[in-house]
Amino acid sequence: MTPEASTSCSIVVESKPSAVVDVCKQILAKLKANQFCKDDIFAVHLTLEEAFLNAVKHGNKMDPTKTVKVDYSVDSEKVEISITDEGNGFEPDAVADPRFGKGLFEPGGRGLLLMNSYMDTVEYNKRGNSVHMVRYKEKPDFTKSQRERQT
Amino acid sequence: MAAIKPMMNVEYAGNATIVRFTDEKILEEKDINALQASIMSMIESASGGINLILDFGNVQYLSSAVLGLLIRISKRIYESEGQLRLCNINPRIYEIFKITRLTKTFDIYDSAESAAEDLSEAS
Repeated sequence: MTPEASTSCSIVVESKPSAVVDVCKQILAKLKANQFCKDDIFAVHLTLEEAFLNAVKHGNKMDPTKTVKVDYSVDSEKVEISITDEGNGFEPDAVADPRFGKGLFEPGGRGLLLMNSYMDTVEYNKRGNSVHMVRYKEKPDFTKSQRERQT
Repeated sequence: MAAIKPMMNVEYAGNATIVRFTDEKILEEKDINALQASIMSMIESASGGINLILDFGNVQYLSSAVLGLLIRISKRIYESEGQLRLCNINPRIYEIFKITRLTKTFDIYDSAESAAEDLSEAS
């Protein structure tokens, strides 16, 4: 099977938790068509769930009249996903690390940590209501040029 | 073995109650809430503290909301002087526990049998 050509898409969906199911189906099908491995698919699936639910719950405050915009592109090398809500945004650096102190015993607060762990790039816009994430199929070797200079 | 909807089976081994999640994915909030209601009800109805084993053998995907559920279950069990063990967690899901450092919080075993054996020795 040859990988599909690059796909880009922008969709706007209702701001409700169950809407993530179709979003996942659509994007994960593109990953399979481009021969991403099971680990990649697991990572993107988990991240999509976390980011979308953050948009619905924390961004749009469960307001069903609002929408979530999902932009994505998939090619043979990487998947890029942006998720934008209609909320006022938040400051990612102000979110406590759930791995330490009281956070370890709190029921919530692990979504951002998982997104950061499973994606290669996670960036927010200035307002804090849009997250852009990238996962590469094959990890870029950032030390290659360094090694070449040393030899 | 009793089947409890929506997504778990319950069986008993010695002094332990084993809850086996039957679905491949535990993601949706309504399912997580239903699981919480079923498990909390089991904890409340046990006299003298429940010895609960949660078996993840069938689970391929879960979200951070499930981790929240586990924390809430864990707190309730320890308040009632029971014990909680997790088992049969596949490597991809175990990685989530490692990333979040919940491997430090939960007692995780390879199988329901080894978890039940440990509970039996502890009592």
